[in-house]
Amino acid sequence: MTTPLESTEPAVQAAGSADDSPARRGTLRYAASKAGGALFSIAMVIVGTFFLFRMLPGDPVRNLAQGRNMTPAQLDLERRRLGLDKPLIDQFFDFVGKTLRLDLGTSYEYKRPVLDLIGERIGPTLLLAGTGLVIAVSLGIWQGTRAGWRHGTRFDRFSTGVSLVLWSVPTFWLGLLLMMVLGVGIGPIPGLFPFRGIESVDAPDGFAYVLDVASHMVLPCLTLVAVVYAQYLLVMRSSLLEEVGQDYVTVARAKGLRDDDVRRRHAVPNALLPTVTLVFMRIGFVVGGAVTVETIFTWPGLGQLFYEAVRVPDFTLMQGTFLLITVAVILMNTLADVVYHILDPRVRSA
Amino acid sequence: MTSLAATRRRLALSRFWADFRTHRAGLAGAVILLVAVLLALVAPLFISENVTSVVEGTGQKFAPPSLAEPFGTDESGRSILLMVWWGSRTSLLIGFLAALLSVVIGLVVGVAAGHFRGWLGGALMRVTDWFLVLPSLVTALVLAAILGGSTLTIVTAIAITTWPSTARLIRAQTLAVEARPYIERSKALGAGHWHITTRHVLPNVAPLLLASTTLEVASAIVTESTLAFLGASANKTSWGTMLRASYDFGAATNAAWWYILIPGLAILIVVMAFTLMGRALEAVLNPQLRRKA
Repeated sequence: MTTPLESTEPAVQAAGSADDSPARRGTLRYAASKAGGALFSIAMVIVGTFFLFRMLPGDPVRNLAQGRNMTPAQLDLERRRLGLDKPLIDQFFDFVGKTLRLDLGTSYEYKRPVLDLIGERIGPTLLLAGTGLVIAVSLGIWQGTRAGWRHGTRFDRFSTGVSLVLWSVPTFWLGLLLMMVLGVGIGPIPGLFPFRGIESVDAPDGFAYVLDVASHMVLPCLTLVAVVYAQYLLVMRSSLLEEVGQDYVTVARAKGLRDDDVRRRHAVPNALLPTVTLVFMRIGFVVGGAVTVETIFTWPGLGQLFYEAVRVPDFTLMQGTFLLITVAVILMNTLADVVYHILDPRVRSA
Repeated sequence: MTSLAATRRRLALSRFWADFRTHRAGLAGAVILLVAVLLALVAPLFISENVTSVVEGTGQKFAPPSLAEPFGTDESGRSILLMVWWGSRTSLLIGFLAALLSVVIGLVVGVAAGHFRGWLGGALMRVTDWFLVLPSLVTALVLAAILGGSTLTIVTAIAITTWPSTARLIRAQTLAVEARPYIERSKALGAGHWHITTRHVLPNVAPLLLASTTLEVASAIVTESTLAFLGASANKTSWGTMLRASYDFGAATNAAWWYILIPGLAILIVVMAFTLMGRALEAVLNPQLRRKA
């Protein structure tokens, strides 16, 4: 999985007139305007989803029935049940109303409400993506800091090279390789980790269960970390490089601070800002990675649910999971804007 | 007059070449790409689509690499080498087309958003930002599933989810160009929107566009293979569909490492080549990066 490597530029607000009103109020107003923007975006997603899923070629009822034999009377009944006999505008308001009430319809594949299915699958996804994200961010920041601080050294060149390779590797291929080498085992090397599902068939209880799940998580997590951590490394490295030449770093050195202190107390806190926002801004990228990884390792999460919906295809389920994922990503991005605003006093228009 | 412009252009070109030549990694990428594209173009002279047909698979199933089959065979006894060669045509074609479409949309929206200030530019940027936030792989998968699998729909699905970053880049550059005095002079002489955008803005954003297109192709090839792996393919043999088949037929559990390794390596090499060349082009052509260096 790759996305363009450009650095994120969070909306840097021009510093306004410096009046003496408390900065908190500015932040609140900023957050409110960002929240308004997010609401607008979410509304657009709901509208867009409605029209997108009505663009499906052919009869929606037949699409939903996936070619099962149905009598005309049954088709008619289905059509009325789905409200497809009503005019488009009524269907639209019906859809919006239901979505706002979190009624995402019933999956054809599972014959159960989409919301229930999502509720079941969201836990494993949060576990996998959350763990992966924490590891990737810590590793990326640590390695990026080392590479940027000792710019041009062998470690730096090695790190940058590795991240460029990882950035070019398709997530699913890396997953397949890891599955083959560490899961199945190759030649004389036996398989080390399980590579299917989240738990063994005869899953034990208690602490042993935790270990069982953890061992199932090793390969999916490793794959996810490998593909997402490179971007954190590169951004951390380049933003630290920008700080290294700044005057305040020279001053800190001139004060006689140890090299470690200059890095830890002065340069890194400033360089962290772009990386922190990137974590939230690129959450969509992590979601894409999670869909792929969950598919390969049959991890019973949201990504796999979405993949199954696309594969069948089960359009109600696809629509529901798509809406949920998109809304979550929009909210994370809004959070990124606000967090950046709070963290960086320079962009705060007092 | 013309000769003066031609000389200047030739000078700029030779300076660009001199700069680009110093980026050894970029140069290597360019050579690899040239070879890959040539191989894909001449493939029909040596082999035909038959190499991907299950009926034509004459070899042993899952045969490991040997002298006869340098890269082994797949689950139907087809040669992996020939399939990767033939599949490069689909992978490269979709990569190039998707990048082209994405860059064209990005260029038009970006220049328009930068040139027309006021409500139109603002509205265009709102739309761009909205598309930028959408999780691209998930959206592309939904689009491909809804529109059905064909080369055109896959290209569309990739382009729709990738154009916003180009649009932002181009808009920033357009704003920078339009702030220069000669645009004002041109306006005073009566130049219209069309003249300013095509004669003054476009030549200035073109170099950046070249670099971003190259990087865009790399990401489009990866996205195509990921979409194909997740089941949304153009129904033609590509590197992505080969890997999908290797997963479906259990190449990993059958220890058929060549079946997984070779198509993936093909993707990796081509994408790396595009990335290296794109980064070198960016370093040479992007004035902001050059100033930093």
